[in-house]
Amino acid sequence: MNQHLSSPSCPALSTTDGQQITLAHGEGGRLMRRLLRERILPALEGTRKHDEDDAATLPLVKGQCAFTTDSYVVSPLSFPGGDIGTLCVYGTVNDLAVAGARPLWISLSLIIEEGLGLPVLDSVLQSIAAAAREANVTVVTGDTKVVPRGAADRLFINTSGVGLLLSPPIAGPAELRSNDELLVSGPIGRHGMAVMAAREQLDIQPCPTSDCASLVAAVEALRAAEVPVVALRDATRGGVAAVLHEWADRCDCTLAIEEASIPVTPDVRGVCELLGLDPLHVANEGTMVAAVRPGFGAAATDALRKVPASAKAAIIGRTTERSISPVVVRRGLGRYLPLDEPSGAPLPRIC
Amino acid sequence: MKFLDEFRDPTAARRLLAEIRRAATRPWTLMEVCGGQTHSLLRHGIDAELEGIVELIHGPGCPVCVTPLEAIDFACELCLRGDTMLVSFGDMLRVPGSRGSLLDARAAGGNVRTVYSPLDAVELAHRHPELQVVFFAVGFETTTPTTALAVHLAAARELENFSLLVAHVRVMPAMEAIAASADCRVQAFLAAGHVCTVTGCAEYAPFVARFQIPVVVTGFEPVDLLQGILECVRQLESGRLRVANCYRRTAHDSGNPTAQRLVSDVFEICDRPWRGFGVIPRGGVKLRAEFKRFDAEPRFAGTRLPVLDPTECKSADVLAGRIKPTACASFGTTCTPDSPLGAPMVSSEGACAAYFRYAGSSHTPTHATRP
Repeated sequence: MNQHLSSPSCPALSTTDGQQITLAHGEGGRLMRRLLRERILPALEGTRKHDEDDAATLPLVKGQCAFTTDSYVVSPLSFPGGDIGTLCVYGTVNDLAVAGARPLWISLSLIIEEGLGLPVLDSVLQSIAAAAREANVTVVTGDTKVVPRGAADRLFINTSGVGLLLSPPIAGPAELRSNDELLVSGPIGRHGMAVMAAREQLDIQPCPTSDCASLVAAVEALRAAEVPVVALRDATRGGVAAVLHEWADRCDCTLAIEEASIPVTPDVRGVCELLGLDPLHVANEGTMVAAVRPGFGAAATDALRKVPASAKAAIIGRTTERSISPVVVRRGLGRYLPLDEPSGAPLPRIC
Repeated sequence: MKFLDEFRDPTAARRLLAEIRRAATRPWTLMEVCGGQTHSLLRHGIDAELEGIVELIHGPGCPVCVTPLEAIDFACELCLRGDTMLVSFGDMLRVPGSRGSLLDARAAGGNVRTVYSPLDAVELAHRHPELQVVFFAVGFETTTPTTALAVHLAAARELENFSLLVAHVRVMPAMEAIAASADCRVQAFLAAGHVCTVTGCAEYAPFVARFQIPVVVTGFEPVDLLQGILECVRQLESGRLRVANCYRRTAHDSGNPTAQRLVSDVFEICDRPWRGFGVIPRGGVKLRAEFKRFDAEPRFAGTRLPVLDPTECKSADVLAGRIKPTACASFGTTCTPDSPLGAPMVSSEGACAAYFRYAGSSHTPTHATRP
């Protein structure tokens, strides 16, 4: 018995609220309630519903709603231009916006690895609150779990979002026809390169910054300008190339873009050249691809350029009748060449 | 972007294309040695522009592609030992060995880290004294100097938990093997400009004299490549064969003496197996006796599983320039970048991946001059 008593199988409960998250913060007791009341809820003040119930009660939406969910596991947690907090709000809000919805409510689910510093959590919560205010959404429900060291990479966040579908609805990529115009809302590849540079500690000056931002105002600007939008998509993982391939799969056109027209910042271009990556394959977090009916490309870019998040919008190509390749890009010598779909995370080349 | 835009200038490129067409009175067959050149040629459609004038055979200059299966299998075994960390360039991770890739090994619990510089591997060894850190040292003369620097650094820090799995190769012996083979169709070589930046261009003179095949040191951008091709065509047309340098902005006759000294301090030339070629005499380097303590092979000696080479993969023929990727029955069917059978389908410099990405359907969209 003595041996059993001295065994370390029953760890002492932490009773103090130190400067890091412990498993006890996730056990539903006093520490957890304090974490909620003293840190999470105050940080979200003004962007959340005033209750701690297990379920949010919301008014029924008149019309149709859009519902989306996404999990955020970015490493490192913060990077030039944003952090996991801005990402988890804008990512979900943007999914709703490009579906043609006005984002209303989001849920916030935190999965925290024990040992996460409380200042880190505070800083992420501040980012979430600021992003929610910017995107005009309310955090209506949430959850917090703490997992043992090694079971998560510091902090994972899941957010789900509900938005009100606006009229007229966005037709969708199946409706793409020849000569529709293709646009991007800004310089591409910034998020992926910012995260890669931060993760690998590439000491590059100037360092690329993430484009992490809300696209709600940009989509709203297109709607206000009465641009007939056929398809919208935020170009996250897989970049612009992945969006174009996905659209090509769902329509009978070839999507043809011009390399010379695609906006790329010099820092992103520099890092991509160094690592042997194509910016078209690199992730964005606040940049979308849009397809609009023929003749409306200029009106669309004019409208987008009035919004800060899409001030550098550009027409990058158009749809044509389907040829052998679903997506082609015109390179420097004037030839249209097939644009490959990324097959996985881009791996930097050796030389 | 300085040093890039002027070498991608469409007007200059088109002028060079016209000059090549004027200069060539008959079709010529060239080999671009480096995989980076292959990708650039296909990405910009230069091979298609020169159809019927210049045939480009794709050379073996993709370091991950020529790394033998044994080395990849060994790397996979090492990372799964539990007491090791295998450190590699990102390219190597997807390359299949005979029992899967390093990505597969990592999913099975292997400790694999990617770095951009061998010096980072030394840093990892310093930070993880509890682990044996093994750097998978692959690449041509371009990457060997930084590996040599890493060895110097590890020696200076007296690190006992750092070692190298050396698979560094040398490009010249491979060119000699190709030029000396009975079925060689190559009439001129576009040598790899960045390799020459390190080794210098002078060492090609005996090669040209011996094989009567011109060597033109060439860069990687469209204008670089077209200048190199034009120089090859002019030499072949005139019959005056020599070494020419079309990459003067970084490559010089004597190369980079500091890098050369670093390499020769740490490494000595040895025979080395190349995937697709077999053992190439003097085709690689190994650690000198005084640095042998950093060699992972004796450190982790033990029983190794036999290597299983997939017979349906024709990468050996592709790497030796005997066939084009599309001539392989597996190309695009059972072998794609998502599930590659051979290394050339994996790497951003592999010829099969270049064909899969860019080739075969270059065209102009119907009824569109400019979208």
